Amino acid sequence: MSDDQIAVHEPHAKPTTYVEPGPADRFENPGLPPHRPRRADVDDAAAKRAERQVTTLFGLSILGTLGFIVAYFLVDPNLRASILVIGHVNLYHVILGLTMAISLLGIGLGAVHWAKTLMPDTEIVEERHLQASDQEARDEAAGILSQGYRSAQLHRRPMLLLTAGGALGLFALPMALQVAGGLGPLPGDTLNHTVWRKGMKLLIDPSGTPLTPEMVTQGSVIHVLPEGFAGESSHGEDGPSALEIMEVKATASVLLVRLNPELIQSQKQRDWSVDGIVAYSKICTHVGCPVALYERQTHHLLCPCHQSTFDMTNDCEVIFGPAKRPLPQLPITVEDGYLVAADGFAEPVGPSFWERGE
Amino acid sequence: MSKLATYRRSPIALIVLLFLGLTFTGTAYAAFQPTAPTDAYSAANAAEDVDDVEAGQKLFLANCASCHGKNAEGNGTAGPSLAGVGSAAVDFQVGTGRMPLAAPGVQAPSDPNAVNFSDQEIAQLGAFVDSIGPGPGLPDEEYIDLANADIANGGKIFRTNCAMCHNSSAQGGALTRGKFAPDLMNVEPKHMYEAMLTGPQSMPVFNDYTITPQEKEDVIAFVVNIQEGGNSFGGHDLGSLGPAGDAVFVWTFGVALLVGAAVWLGRKAA
Amino acid sequence: MTTIPQGAHAVRDQSAAATETTADDADPKLPPPVVYLDERFGVAKGFGLFKKVFPDHWSFLLGEIAMYSLIICLITGTFLTFWFVPSMGHVIYDGSFVPLKGVGMSEAYASTLDISFDIKGGLLIRQLHHWAALLFIVGIALHVARVFFTGAFRKPRELNWVIGTILSLLACVEGFAGYSLPDDLLSGTGIRAMNGFMSSAPVIGTYMTFFVFGGEFPGESIIPRLYIAHVLLIPAILVGLFAVHIFLVFWHKHTQYPGPGRTNTNVVGFPLLPVYTAKAGGFFFIVFGITALISALVTINPVWAYGPYDPGQVTAGSQPDFYMWFSDGALRLLPGWLEFELWGFTWSFNIFLGSLLLLPLVWTILGVYPFIEQWITGDKREHHLLDRPRNAPVRTAVGAAAISMYLVLAIATINDIIAIKLHLSINDITVALRVLFFVLPVIVFMVVKRLCLSLQRADRETVLHGTESGRIMRTPEGRFYEVHEELNEFDRWHLVQHEAQRPLSLTAGPDTDEYGVDRPVGPLESLRRKLSDFYFKDRIEPVTPSELAAAHHHGEAEALPGGTAQAIEESVDRADETAGLRSDDRP
Repeated sequence: MSDDQIAVHEPHAKPTTYVEPGPADRFENPGLPPHRPRRADVDDAAAKRAERQVTTLFGLSILGTLGFIVAYFLVDPNLRASILVIGHVNLYHVILGLTMAISLLGIGLGAVHWAKTLMPDTEIVEERHLQASDQEARDEAAGILSQGYRSAQLHRRPMLLLTAGGALGLFALPMALQVAGGLGPLPGDTLNHTVWRKGMKLLIDPSGTPLTPEMVTQGSVIHVLPEGFAGESSHGEDGPSALEIMEVKATASVLLVRLNPELIQSQKQRDWSVDGIVAYSKICTHVGCPVALYERQTHHLLCPCHQSTFDMTNDCEVIFGPAKRPLPQLPITVEDGYLVAADGFAEPVGPSFWERGE
Repeated sequence: MSKLATYRRSPIALIVLLFLGLTFTGTAYAAFQPTAPTDAYSAANAAEDVDDVEAGQKLFLANCASCHGKNAEGNGTAGPSLAGVGSAAVDFQVGTGRMPLAAPGVQAPSDPNAVNFSDQEIAQLGAFVDSIGPGPGLPDEEYIDLANADIANGGKIFRTNCAMCHNSSAQGGALTRGKFAPDLMNVEPKHMYEAMLTGPQSMPVFNDYTITPQEKEDVIAFVVNIQEGGNSFGGHDLGSLGPAGDAVFVWTFGVALLVGAAVWLGRKAA
Repeated sequence: MTTIPQGAHAVRDQSAAATETTADDADPKLPPPVVYLDERFGVAKGFGLFKKVFPDHWSFLLGEIAMYSLIICLITGTFLTFWFVPSMGHVIYDGSFVPLKGVGMSEAYASTLDISFDIKGGLLIRQLHHWAALLFIVGIALHVARVFFTGAFRKPRELNWVIGTILSLLACVEGFAGYSLPDDLLSGTGIRAMNGFMSSAPVIGTYMTFFVFGGEFPGESIIPRLYIAHVLLIPAILVGLFAVHIFLVFWHKHTQYPGPGRTNTNVVGFPLLPVYTAKAGGFFFIVFGITALISALVTINPVWAYGPYDPGQVTAGSQPDFYMWFSDGALRLLPGWLEFELWGFTWSFNIFLGSLLLLPLVWTILGVYPFIEQWITGDKREHHLLDRPRNAPVRTAVGAAAISMYLVLAIATINDIIAIKLHLSINDITVALRVLFFVLPVIVFMVVKRLCLSLQRADRETVLHGTESGRIMRTPEGRFYEVHEELNEFDRWHLVQHEAQRPLSLTAGPDTDEYGVDRPVGPLESLRRKLSDFYFKDRIEPVTPSELAAAHHHGEAEALPGGTAQAIEESVDRADETAGLRSDDRP
C-alpha cells in the first residue's frame, strides 16, 4: 500500500498534490429539516387516545403498588411454586418483585409515552459559546491574581510562600502516620512456617478421625488437617479459636494420596512417604486456592482456580498452568499405628512472595 | 431449464453443497459407529434359574471380554483388570450406561439410553466380576433410603470432598485434557453411593473409613435436596453457573431490554 | 430517514392546524412554594435552566443507565446495611435454611442468609442490589464505548473523560468489595486470590498483605474493612466525582450527532422542562422497573448454595463477577516460567503482570487516550459535533482491537465452563487463548479499519449516484436501467458533513525553509509524524459539490436529473406531443 491517499484510486478522488479546498467547495448545512407533526399534534382523537394510554399506565403503576403492599402482608413468605421456564421459586419473592416492577414500569413508560406523544416535538436551537473566555476577561483575571499575589507581599517575601508550601505539604503526615503505623502486624517469620510439627497426627477434615495406613487405600484422596485443629481434638477450653482454625486451614491443609510405589519417580518423595502414601500441601503455589482435584488415573492434581496442574508421581512438579513451584511435601511416618508428620514442611507453603527466595 | 438448475450458479449453491456433504458424511460416520451391543443371551437366560456367576460369565464374554479379557484380567490399554472392583463398580458402570464403552474417547460418559441390560443381568455381571476378585458390594438399603440423613452434615462433607470437581451446586466441572466431573442432577442415590465407593475413572476412591456409610448417605441426601430444587429461591438459576450465567444474561437480555427501552424513548412518535 | 406511519398521511396533509394545546397561559403566576423559596434564595432567576436544550439520541441514555443503576444500588444498599453484620466472628447458623443448620460460619455470612430467608422481601432487595450493580457496569461499558467511538472525549471534554475513567475503575472495585462481603465460598476464594497476588508484589508484597488483612490470611479484618470501603469511602468518592461529571455535561452542554441544522456552535434538541424531565425521569423508572423485573424472575449470587468460606474448600467453576474477568483470565493465561529467583528474591511476574500491573495499566491507557490523540492530530479546536465512527477509521479500529484483547482475557476466565459445556480440553482452550491474545487484536484492527473505509466509500457512492428506487425504465432502443433517486439535501448532509483529518506531514508546513535547508525534526516530533501518518494516511474525502456536479455531467449517475434519463423522458414527451397526446391524457 503506497503512502498516497486511498482516494487517489477512486474515480472522483482528490489530486495527490495537496490543495486546501476553498470554502466554496464544501456542501453547506441545509438547516433544520421541515417539522413533521405527529398524529397527536393534528388529530384530536389520536391525542385523546395517547392521553388514555398514559393514564392507563400510571393507573397500572398504582395497582402494582397496592398489589405489593397487599402481597407483603397477606402472602405466606415461605410459599413455593414451580413456574414454567423459571423453575422452582419462592413465590412470595416473585410476587413482590413483579408487583414492584409493574409499579415502577407504569410510571416510567407512562412518563416517556406522555413526552413522546403529547409534549412539544419541535426542535429548538440554542447557541453555544466558546469555552475559552475572551482576552478582556483573561486580562482581568490575570490582574486579579497578580493583585492578590502582590498585595500579600509575596513578590518581595518569597520565604513566606516557601515555608507555607512546606508546612501545607507536610501537615497531613501525622494523620497518615497514625493510620499506617497502626496497620500490622509485620510479617516477620510467619509465612515461613506452618503449625505442622514432628509427631502431629494427620486427621480427616472435617470429622477429625485420625488415620492409619490401612485406611488409605489405592486411589483414595483424603483431606487432612493437623492434630488439634479438627473434630474432637479442636474442642475444649484449650482448643484453638475459630480464627486460628481458619488460619491453619489456609496454610496447613494437606492432601493424602496412596500411589503405587513403583510410579514414584523422585527418591526424596519416596523417602518422605509411607508405603506409597504421600502427603502434599493443599495450598496452591500460584495464588493460594486449595488444589484439590485429584485425577485418580493420571495422578495429576488440578487447581480449579487457574488450572495449575501438578504431577503427583513426580514430586508434584508443575506440568501446566500459571504456577511455577511444585507443591511442598509433608514428610510422614507411622507412630503407634497412626500416620503422623515426621517433620514440618521444609519450605514455605502457598503463594510466592518476595522474600521467599530459593 | 428447471427451477433448481436456475440456482446452480448462485453463491448459495456452494454453501448448500458443503452443508449436504457434511450432513452426509456425518450421518454415515454415526451410522457406522459401534453402538452398545445388545444382549445376545438374555432370551436364553430369562426363564431359567441359572447360577448368577455362570450367567454373568456368558454376558461378560459377549459384551465385555473384548476389552477386559476373557477372565476380566485386563487387556492393556483397551480395558483395565476388573479384579477387586466389586459388584458395586459393575452396577455403577453398567447401570449408568457408561459400560460397555460405546466409543473410545477421553472418558466414558453416562448415557441412560444406552443401558441395555436389565437389573437382573447387571446383578449377574456383578456376581461374575466379584468372583474374579472380591470387591465392594452394593450399598445397604438403609444407607440410600435417605431416611435418617443429615443434609447439613452432608453439605460439609460435600464441600470438602466433592465441590471442587462437581461444583458446589453439583453442576459438574472441568478436569484436564477434556475430562470432566459430570453434573449430578439426574443420578440415583444408589449410583452416587457406588461412585464414591469405587472411584470410577478419574474420580478418587472414598472408602468407608474416610467417608463412613452414614456420611455417604448424608452427602447423597444433600445432593438429592439440590436435585429437588432445594437451592432455588430467587428465580431462574441460569444453570447454577454463578457469575458466568449472570454475565451472559445481563449482556444479552439485560442489554436488549435497556437499549430497547432507550431506542424506543429516542424515537419520534408516530 | 423518517418513515411515514400508516393512517396519518391524509390527516397530516390536510391541515396545518394543530390541536388545541393552549401551551401558552395568558397570565401565568408563580406557585406559592416557589415564591417562598424565591424570597429566601432568589430561585426565580435560575429558572432559565429549565429551558436548557438537550440533543436527542438513544445512545445518550447509556450513561443514564449507569447513573440510575448507581441510585438503585444506593437505595437498596442502605436497606441492606440495616441487617448485614460486617463481622468475621464465628457463629453457628440457626435460621430457616435447612442445609446449613448447625454449620459454623462467619456473622457476615449468617446475616446474609437471614436477609435472604428470614427478612420479608430481603432476597428481593439483595437481588435488586446485585443486578443493579451488574447493570451499572454494563451501562458504564456501553457509555464509554459510545463516547470513545464518537470522539466525544475531544477538547473541551478531556478532563471529563479522565473523571469518567476514574469512575469506572471505582465502580469495578466497589463491585468487587460488595460481592465479597457475604464471605461465601465463591467470593472468599476471590479474596484468597487477592491475598495471593498482593503478596507477589516486589519488596512490599508481604507487608501489604499483612497490613490489609491485619495479619495472616484470612484474619478477622478484611470483611469489616471492605465493608467500610464499600458503604462509605468509595460511594462518597463515586457520588462526588459523578456530580462533577454531570455538572460538566451541563456546563459544556451535551455533544450532538451531526445532522441538518446542527453545527459545532449550536445545540438542537428539546428543553429540559417538560420534555427531558419526563423522558429522563421516566427512564429512571424504566431502568428501575426492568431491574426489578429481572430481580423477581432470575436468581443472582445464591450464596446459600456455595456455603460459608473455608480456606480448605473450593468450588469448580470459580469466577469473579464479569468486570473482573479480564484480570482473572490474565492470571490463567500467564505462564509459570515468568516467575524466577534472582539475588535471593522471588520475582513473580506471572502473578504481578496479570493483577497488580494490569489494572493500573489498562486504566492509565484509557485515561490518557484523549491527550495522545490530540498530540497526534495537533487539533486544538473545540469539538461539539460527534464523529460517525466510520469517519475516524483508525480510532475505531484501535478501540475495537483493544476491546478484543480485553475480551480474550475475559473469556479466559471461563475456560473451565467452556470446556464442560462444549466438551473441549481446558488445556487446548488455554493455549489457544494465549495465541489469540496477540493475534486477534491485529486481525480485528485490520478488519475494522477496512470496514470503516469501505463504509465511507459506500457513503460516497450513495451521494454521487443516489439510492436505488427500484423502478426500471426502458429506453426506446431497448436498454434497461434503474432509476436512482438523488438524496435530498437533508439526508445528503449526514454523509458529506465530516472532515477527513489529514496527517501532520501534509498540514504541518513544508519540510524545508525558504533556503531549501531541512527543518530539524526531533525524535519526539518524528514519532508524532509517524503516528499521524498511521492514523490518517488512509482516508476517504467526503463528496464536494463540484464532484457531484461532475457526476451528473458524466452521466454515470445516468438516472439523475440532467443525465441521460432526463433526456430520454424529454424525448418521450416530445414524441407524445407530436402524436397529439397531452401529458395528462397519457395512460
